[in-house]
Amino acid sequence: MVDLGINIGNLQLKNPVMTASGTFGYGTEFSDFFDISALGGIIIKGTTLHHREGNPYPRMAETPAGMLNAVGLQNKGVEYFITSIYPSLKTIDTHVLVNVSGSTIEEYVQAAEKINDLDKIPAIELNISCPNVKKGGMGFGTSCASAAEVVKAVRKVYTKSIMVKLSPNVTNIAEIAQAVEAEGADSVSLINTLLGMAVDAEKQKPVLSTITGGLSGPCVKPIALRMVWQVAKAVNIPIVGLGGIMNATDAIEFMLVGASAVQIGTANFIDPTVSLKIVNGIEAYLQKHNYSSVKDIIGLIK
Amino acid sequence: MKKYILDCVVVANIPLNKRYFLLRVSHPSPFPRMLPGQFVELRVDNSSDVLLRRPISIHDMNYETNEMDLLVQIVGAGTLKMSELKKGDLLNMIAPLGNSFSMPTIDMKHVLLVGGGVGVAPLLLLGRVLQQYSCKVSFLLGARTASDLVQLDSFSQYGEVYLTTEDATVGEKGFVTNHSLLKNKVFDKIYTCGPTPMMKAISAYAKTNNIECEVSLENTMACGFGVCLCCVTDTTEGHKCVCTEGPVFNLTTLKW
Ligand SMILES: Cc1cc2nc3c(=O)[nH]c(=O)nc-3n(C[C@H](O)[C@H](O)[C@H](O)COP(=O)(O)OP(=O)(O)OC[C@H]3O[C@@H](n4cnc5c(N)ncnc54)[C@H](O)[C@@H]3O)c2cc1C
Ligand SMILES: Cc1cc2nc3c(=O)[nH]c(=O)nc-3n(C[C@H](O)[C@H](O)[C@H](O)COP(=O)(O)O)c2cc1C
Ligand code: FES
Repeated sequence: MVDLGINIGNLQLKNPVMTASGTFGYGTEFSDFFDISALGGIIIKGTTLHHREGNPYPRMAETPAGMLNAVGLQNKGVEYFITSIYPSLKTIDTHVLVNVSGSTIEEYVQAAEKINDLDKIPAIELNISCPNVKKGGMGFGTSCASAAEVVKAVRKVYTKSIMVKLSPNVTNIAEIAQAVEAEGADSVSLINTLLGMAVDAEKQKPVLSTITGGLSGPCVKPIALRMVWQVAKAVNIPIVGLGGIMNATDAIEFMLVGASAVQIGTANFIDPTVSLKIVNGIEAYLQKHNYSSVKDIIGLIK
Repeated sequence: MKKYILDCVVVANIPLNKRYFLLRVSHPSPFPRMLPGQFVELRVDNSSDVLLRRPISIHDMNYETNEMDLLVQIVGAGTLKMSELKKGDLLNMIAPLGNSFSMPTIDMKHVLLVGGGVGVAPLLLLGRVLQQYSCKVSFLLGARTASDLVQLDSFSQYGEVYLTTEDATVGEKGFVTNHSLLKNKVFDKIYTCGPTPMMKAISAYAKTNNIECEVSLENTMACGFGVCLCCVTDTTEGHKCVCTEGPVFNLTTLKW
């Protein structure tokens, strides 16, 4: 028997495979396909204090080995989540994390405060990739100071585990990771999407309504691996790796460079059962290489 | 409706013209019930060349032979790869997806199904199902040129077929909205699928003449089952997912 269990701070996961925010809905959409309780955890879609309509259509463009999205955090707000979605999540026998976003520090704080009261939610994932409306629209996660500021403010009101999701659209991601660690983040997850663009040459127009959008899928994996490796050397808190993971081998690569757990994003669209296959694939890999615990492979590549 | 991930087997792949082909697939166990207007998400191959699945309407179902027909137009890499599938090849799909056309009410005597280009695809299964209703069914199908009007024998099994082509090679010249059939406004309901400008023109006709109208949208999709929120259309109740709350929308809910 191989032990797949892993701790992310004080969060105990039955296995290191979670699903990435915005790619797994509220989880329940996958119940036709497999029992999602078999996963280490699920991270539900980006939730904000207020209802958001998101960006106009078109919001998606397929690109070589990847896709761009410009969903713009469409969601019905944290109150709607609590009253209409949360009750149906209680029966899921794995950790459910809420991905929290905001345009101001106050919005993050108020949303986190409300989620703190929900027994079934053991942690939040703070999405600091959102533009800071008060500081000219620059992403909170693109400077150490503003990243630290969000985490510090949320830490004061949120008593459970905080996973901070880092933006890759920075020069030195390790510095940002250190900044959020210093303010009390329990773990970091990386990477969020890379800023990109797609153009329709025939129409001579950008494909997305927002012109630019977030790149995800297999094409981002080399960048994500590099960033996880860099952050692993810079912080002591656990790292959750993601970006372009399509199969168990990809997931293992992230663990070898220092991730304690992984998240599966875009791959869910292509094979809705892929995350379960990755759990089984990691187990098979550990057996084949005679490891007794998944912890044994974390950070083998220094 | 419960969604299934199915490994289908290609029974036949029939070229209909240079760009259109009919893909007939089967499955080892009986297909679940599929409704007219619903679609499937096809995994084209296992390369990251065509990374995402491709949404394709259910063109026809034969539950006796357990076969599903898909009518596909080659527009890019994914549909080109589909056109190369051979008898015996596996084709992975998620199905059935989306809502469906709603059935006519008992007082409806004559319904019109308007299709343009490959948008005619879902109208065949709709025509088949409408047979169970007492209303008269007419098809108004348009394309650029005669060879792009496909499956006409199949359509004519279920109703009268009226045609338009832009180059006047068959039927009346012009777009479907110019067809003389539309001058007698006897229809109780219109169903339409095709290029957006065509559907908008038909919608305007339906509005002016106070005819109930359902349109089937083909927004670009990443998942097809309601989790990515990429496929939205603007409605009177805000953004709605075309893949789960559509692809069929009653005209009154769209901001057209
Ligand atoms: C619900 C639904 C049902 C559909 N039913 C059918 C069908 O029955 N038969 C059929 O042939 N096609 C259908 N389509 C359209 C089909 O999904 C696209 O043509 C296909 O995904 C294109 O893939 P590709 O790789 O060949 O082209 P790509 O390389 O992805 O694109 C080539 C060109 O086609 C355009 N295109 C891509 N996707 C769409 C789309 N969804 N709608 C319009 N244009 C698009 C692109 O903008 C580009 O210009 C349907 C789409 C939806 C959303
Ligand atoms: C359609 C879509 C929506 C997303 N929405 C969110 C979101 O709401 N919050 C968030 O933190 N990340 C969001 N992401 C980013 C993913 O969680 C993930 O970080 C990214 O896609 C990289 O992983 P992948 O390559 O495995 O998809 C979204 C990604 C996609 C494709
Ligand atoms: S295509 Fe993903 S939600 Fe509709």
